[in-house]
Amino acid sequence: MTFTLAALGPALPELLLAVSAILLLLFGAIVGPKSTDTVNGLTLAALFAALVLVILGPSQATLFGGAFQVDEYGRFLKVLALLGAGGTLAMSVDWLKVEKQSRFEFAILVLLSTLGMMMLISAGDLIALYMGLELMSLALYVIAANNRDSVRSTEAGLKYFVLGALSSGMFLYGASLIYGFTGSVNFARIAEAAREPSLGLIFGIVFTFAGLCFKVSAVPFHMWTPDVYEGAPAPVTAFFAAAPKVAAMAVFVRFAIEALPNVVHQWQQIIVFVSIASMALGSFAAIGQRNLKRLMAYSSIGHMGYALVGLAAGTEQGVRGVLVYMTIYMAMTLGTFACILSMRRKDGVVENYDELAGLARTSPVKAFFLAALMFSLAGIPPLAGFLAKYYVFLAAIEAGLYTLAVIGVLTSVVGAFYYLRIVKVMYFDEPAPAFEPMPSELRAVLAVSGLFTVLLFVYPAPLLAAAGAAARALF
Amino acid sequence: MSLAALFFYLFAGVAVASAFMVIASRNPVHSVLFLILTFVNASGLFILIGAEYIAMLLIVVYVGAVAVLFLFVVMMLDVDFVELRQGFLQYLPVGALVGLVFFAELVLVVGSWTFGEGVTGAVAASSDVSNAVQIGRVLYTDYVYFFQAAGLVLLVAMIGAIVLTLRHKENVKRQSIPVQNARTKAMAIDVVKVPSGKGL
Repeated sequence: MTFTLAALGPALPELLLAVSAILLLLFGAIVGPKSTDTVNGLTLAALFAALVLVILGPSQATLFGGAFQVDEYGRFLKVLALLGAGGTLAMSVDWLKVEKQSRFEFAILVLLSTLGMMMLISAGDLIALYMGLELMSLALYVIAANNRDSVRSTEAGLKYFVLGALSSGMFLYGASLIYGFTGSVNFARIAEAAREPSLGLIFGIVFTFAGLCFKVSAVPFHMWTPDVYEGAPAPVTAFFAAAPKVAAMAVFVRFAIEALPNVVHQWQQIIVFVSIASMALGSFAAIGQRNLKRLMAYSSIGHMGYALVGLAAGTEQGVRGVLVYMTIYMAMTLGTFACILSMRRKDGVVENYDELAGLARTSPVKAFFLAALMFSLAGIPPLAGFLAKYYVFLAAIEAGLYTLAVIGVLTSVVGAFYYLRIVKVMYFDEPAPAFEPMPSELRAVLAVSGLFTVLLFVYPAPLLAAAGAAARALF
Repeated sequence: MSLAALFFYLFAGVAVASAFMVIASRNPVHSVLFLILTFVNASGLFILIGAEYIAMLLIVVYVGAVAVLFLFVVMMLDVDFVELRQGFLQYLPVGALVGLVFFAELVLVVGSWTFGEGVTGAVAASSDVSNAVQIGRVLYTDYVYFFQAAGLVLLVAMIGAIVLTLRHKENVKRQSIPVQNARTKAMAIDVVKVPSGKGL
């Protein structure tokens, strides 16, 4: 086998991230804490360069014997993951500096975690999937405990680590069963071998799905989410809620569709159950939450449930629904967290939603965007959140999953309660003291995501076309 | 019965028995020692199937590093295992039920075990080169991607351990070899003339 360096071309964005992470680490270790600003800036530059490379790169390639595959699906999701990671990193720099939790390793861990996500999105076999998953998660465990002097942050990190290790164990057990019963770890060859569902294969599917459900925090594997979201520093929570969710969902869909297309009926029931449970828990459990980060945790559990509705359909249209959903979910999450990160008074950071009281009078523009995001998260037409739900439910109905779609619509009505309560608090309650002025990065992220959410319905065609092309690559 | 079969049953029997003793023994230090015995026997089993490289790796990594680490942790943490075992009887019914369910699942899986097409048993090792060479040949060619990815995972683990534990304390006296070497007699000794009968 001859090998040239040019053959690695399709993996150029990943190589760039890996090399820049190592170089930045060396730079930071030599220069010391003074290097934090430079490292942050260069990390953002590396993420942006990777984004450009992904967009300009080839749309079809396979490397390393099928372990790493580049396709339209992967490109779409990599763009999403890079935007999410870059957006949250940009938002977190200022916050961490003010809270004196700033250290140069933070940006490098975000970079390495993003690399893990890209490997995950491109994974073409179970080993690559596992490696990407571990690289992504291990960095997340560390940054969850970034504020190591706080008991809650440390607890969040430890809890996430222990439960994450457990879920990795479950995933590996399932992967070993699938390997044992199909004779391969490669998705395409698993699909060939798994024409007939056998008991062992189903066991393998159950365990691997359990591991993946943990990563997307779908019920009943969601227990860690509220505690970790609440305990971790706010920018870290924003990061957790955006990019890793996209990557985990991406690989979930790819694994289900590419490796197990002939046993759809076996895993469809699991996804339907998980999806209904997530939507229900996400709507009901969030009602009693006062802490906005905890509320967003339940909200994200619910949204993962809606996204899984698309996967449950198991069709090309369903996958397109998932992709549209994840894009819009990420935009809404980034915008909401931009607001949460700006909730700072002179005496420190506040996180309860009643602190937002009267925001419409103290800072009307922010209140307007946050209200739009809340309406969108609740799924009220014509905002982006409605379009997202529309496409997944449409796919579910066309696949004959009427019950699932009806339950989904009902739970989204319940969920609307707590989103609208925030709007009520902002517009109709007596004003609380104003917050400190919002840093410019947060303004930018909020404006972009707010405008995206409000104006998407005017011209959704490019997003739909891109998601459609990406979904077609899987079938 | 051939010699190989005899040794297989010896290693396998001791491995299973000592694995049982790991969870059965009252003293945690004994548990760790039994764990080491299990590892050693497992590596004996690997030698029997001709995988001497993995066997040695098992000894070096698990017995040499992991088990010793366990031993240190067990001895240093002073975990009260009697207290941990409290409530054992209380949780026994639930535990037994979960155990039964898992056992039933295992029986079902093993009972329906059919290999996929093209799955063979153990791949016959070619005898002209050693295990280490064979693993090296695929590790750095076919599996180079996973090898590099594993390296990155370990890098993250290292960064994480340092980020979470390293603290730069103020006012810590550190040894500085160049300063020590550059010391001269004048810097080190201060000659004081003490008048007699006065003291310092």
